[in-house]
Amino acid sequence: MSLRVYTIIYLIFLYAPIALLPIFAFNDATIIAFPLSGGTTKWFAEMWTTKALHTAVQNSLFIAVMTSLLSTLLGICAARAGAMYRFPMKAGIMGFIMLPLVLPEIIVAVSLLIVVVQILDLGLSNWTIIAAHVLICTPFSIAILNGAFQNLDPSMEEAAMDLGESRFSAFRLVTLPLVMPGIIASMLIAFTISLDEFIIAFFLSGSSPTMPVYIWGLLRFPQSLPVVMALGTILVALSIILLSIAEILRRRGMARAGVTDKGGFL
Amino acid sequence: MTSTEGGRGLLMVSPPLIYALALLAVPLGAILLFSFWTQDFMAVDTTFTLNNYREIAEKPIYWALLKRSLFVAGCVTVVTVILAFPVAYFVSFHVRADRKSLWLFLITIPFWTSYLIRVFLWKVILGYNGVVNTGLINIGLIEEPLTFILYNVNAVIITLAHAFAPFAILPIFVALEKIDRSLLEAAQDLGESRAMTFFRVTLPLAMPGVVAAVLIVFIPTIGDYVTPELMGGAGGKLIANMIQTQFLALNNAPLGAALAIVAMVSVSAISLAFVLLNRRWLKGRS
Repeated sequence: MSLRVYTIIYLIFLYAPIALLPIFAFNDATIIAFPLSGGTTKWFAEMWTTKALHTAVQNSLFIAVMTSLLSTLLGICAARAGAMYRFPMKAGIMGFIMLPLVLPEIIVAVSLLIVVVQILDLGLSNWTIIAAHVLICTPFSIAILNGAFQNLDPSMEEAAMDLGESRFSAFRLVTLPLVMPGIIASMLIAFTISLDEFIIAFFLSGSSPTMPVYIWGLLRFPQSLPVVMALGTILVALSIILLSIAEILRRRGMARAGVTDKGGFL
Repeated sequence: MTSTEGGRGLLMVSPPLIYALALLAVPLGAILLFSFWTQDFMAVDTTFTLNNYREIAEKPIYWALLKRSLFVAGCVTVVTVILAFPVAYFVSFHVRADRKSLWLFLITIPFWTSYLIRVFLWKVILGYNGVVNTGLINIGLIEEPLTFILYNVNAVIITLAHAFAPFAILPIFVALEKIDRSLLEAAQDLGESRAMTFFRVTLPLAMPGVVAAVLIVFIPTIGDYVTPELMGGAGGKLIANMIQTQFLALNNAPLGAALAIVAMVSVSAISLAFVLLNRRWLKGRS
């Protein structure tokens, strides 16, 4: 019983910052502090007239979509190889691909910055951020897709091949529909991570910032903080919707693959 | 090559492997190489030298930042893991099987919401006119706002402990789930009290999860510069802030690279020592 109380207090601690977001987003005062001074929606209205914000959102959406597609594609390869084949140095190779999960993000950021700017002498653009985001999102994609691929029976594809399908069409017609929910879940998670990522984007963004980099710039100006709160409210709502869809799909995928849910994809 | 199972597996894993080699192994090699070079105004001087490392060793500021970073990362790890363990234990042992993933989902949601904005909101909570201070003044516990909870190392630790909470809960939960429940019954049948069963059976068996939680919190914490920048004030800056400054403001990439290498090596060495000590401890018990 006391454990349950502790866990609930812990959840309140986890949600406390997010719970404050909408409160200040609708508060009619420039200063982000109590006491509150009345309701308004003008901070949301101000967002629609800020051109720089729109560009930042466009950049972030483009980066997040490309990242979710590419990291899921790489994740499918790794999860399928991990679940269906034995090959030399498997543990080492899989461990290496998962390494960005624990690597400090600043290390990823500065090492890629050196390669792109100093060694290859290329300019920074949205694509340099995409390259880095794919690297850090692929381990998350693999973790989610593992659940979908793990208990898949290889004999089903073999049966399709015995009946005359090629290896690829056997995969497309038999395996792909079974793992589809996992694939969509992986794309949604990668999209969410990329959309929100700041540390790497700050180092690798070109002249046109992503949304988190733009927000970082706003945090220095007290008068723009209420707009940040309004933007944050929309982002949090969006994340929660996307994550809920991802979670439902992930569970459906595991059910299709015949795995009992052990909870959580990490 | 593609006719054997091993060959097909390697072919299948090759796209993510090549990607990781090109965008992780090569850049890590490049950063190591760079740390032995020097910045000469706008150009990089590529003669091999240990000057960057000598400068780091000789100037007290770097040593102080590294020590503070490791201290903060250590505190964050201890706080996060100790606070997380009961939550993982509750979900694993006291929640109905079909409700477990719902609880885990609730725990992970805050982790996916905008990191920058979450950190900033801790400023709102801990600030001079913040939620904590106005709350405590209103109920009469304090008369003056508390000042030791913002713009110092404490604030950095609280914020990071919040940010990494799910990272600590999930590995511990997975380890607890793997424990064969009949072992616990056996221990109690043989006369152990509930507390002794926990310390002599559950905790040692949960140790792999605790170790994973420690590593997954401790290692990335070193690389964070957002929280120290926003919450740390002048006295709460960490090594990652210095790496960022060297790269972006001072345009001294080689020194920044050397700092990154020093930070990474220290973190890896401490993590490795922790894993080995833990293994010895577990072996000593069995």
